[in-house]
Amino acid sequence: MSEVREHLAYSEEHEWAEAVEGQIVRIGITDYAQSLLGDIVFVEFPEPGTSVSAGESMGSIESVKTVSELYSPVTGKVLKVNGLLLDQPELVNGEPYEGGWIVEVEVEGSVEEAFGKLLSAEKYKAIIG
Amino acid sequence: MSELRRTSLFPLYAGYPAVRCIDFGGWELPVQFHGILQEHDAVRKQAGLFDVSHMGEFWVTGQYAETFLQRMTTNDVSRLSAGQAQYTLMCYPNGGVVDDLLVYKLSQDQYLLVVNASNIDKDFAWLSENLIGDVVLENRSEQTALLALQGPMAARILARVTAEQIGKLAPFHFLHQAEVCGRKALVSRTGYTGEDGFELYLDSGDAPHVWRELLRAGEADGLIPTGLGARDTLRFEAKLPLYGQELSKDITPLEAGLGMFVKLGKDGGFIGREALERQKEEGLPRKLVGIELLDRGIPRSHYPVFADGRQIGEVTTGTQSPTLKRNLGLALLETAYAELGTEVEVEIRGKQLRAVVIKAPFYKKTQTTGEGAKP
Repeated sequence: MSEVREHLAYSEEHEWAEAVEGQIVRIGITDYAQSLLGDIVFVEFPEPGTSVSAGESMGSIESVKTVSELYSPVTGKVLKVNGLLLDQPELVNGEPYEGGWIVEVEVEGSVEEAFGKLLSAEKYKAIIG
Repeated sequence: MSELRRTSLFPLYAGYPAVRCIDFGGWELPVQFHGILQEHDAVRKQAGLFDVSHMGEFWVTGQYAETFLQRMTTNDVSRLSAGQAQYTLMCYPNGGVVDDLLVYKLSQDQYLLVVNASNIDKDFAWLSENLIGDVVLENRSEQTALLALQGPMAARILARVTAEQIGKLAPFHFLHQAEVCGRKALVSRTGYTGEDGFELYLDSGDAPHVWRELLRAGEADGLIPTGLGARDTLRFEAKLPLYGQELSKDITPLEAGLGMFVKLGKDGGFIGREALERQKEEGLPRKLVGIELLDRGIPRSHYPVFADGRQIGEVTTGTQSPTLKRNLGLALLETAYAELGTEVEVEIRGKQLRAVVIKAPFYKKTQTTGEGAKP
């Protein structure tokens, strides 16, 4: 059974977003997503400073067998990426909600507004069954 | 959508919580039981057990069986003794590949052909169209299960469940009527992983019993069930071709680097010989090479490869090598760019990333075959 954390916001593409402070949001992929992908061996990040749009691709995640798009759940500007994943992409499998976070984005407008368009933990649970 | 086919072992997969099955050419097969990396590692260091029952088995019987197979395949069947197998290919008259396969010689007038699952119907039709004399072709794929026990511990594990002297079996040799776990099996020292190992052909009804007994016998040596994901990464590192990627009707065995299995000079010739001879004389237009990404990225099947501002080929298979942790690919490139050290570019998601032609196979086993590796 995949873990879904209560305090996070979720996208239908299986990303999570967490309010860090101010307009800053941390983004990763869900436990469900990592379990579907299997052993993750590579993360292609967006460059810091890049503008990203909710629902659009901002990078990719590759397991041994497959390549998956990484979609941004929010609109804004990339502030930083999790450099640890360069050498330890398996953190996305092992700790999808902690050490395996992928990028931090400064959202356009308020975090409340951005999260309003995303799913609650309860709704996300319903999607993944 | 037609229903997916399942092997006789399918009910046992449910015992593995992390098992993931995929549609593989119409078959519902496990891509992993635990995780591809763990399974890959087990086969390189200990042992893994694969269910490859989806593969096709044809029996060829008759006085003219050898003559028939000589004409249908590129390797020299006349060099086989009973109890020996060989890797070979079937070609179209233009030299493109129908399939790659193993030919097992049971006796002068009986052979077993093992073909790719996705090509069973096509191969059977192709062989049927070209039958000669008294030769009878029978498709026993449905009744036959195939288990592959692969890895440095394979011989030691198998020796526990059979009285046969399997440790003495040389590579590409087999025992026809062996008894394994109390069931009849054809046991050959063959595989598709680049490691020592065995393939066991069984009645499909016997496969679940043998599967369970083998796993029990090998548990102490680290034997685990392994899926098609690891099978693909293992064969990739060893540069063993996969039909549909390194081989196809549009790729000749010579381009794929399989010239040693094409005996242009054998008596009587074979279908495709003239075309392959011409290609050899005129020089190969393309060659299969190994590449390594210099920039950050992983090459994948069908990614285009560029040099001098134009496309010069494409990646046939690519992944991050689980053994070497390097981002590697096999690529079919114009011959002018196939020299070791040549720099090329692989287009990945719209970006041209630098890569270099390197030596393949990427992996060769160091342990010798025999009674099993020392722990």
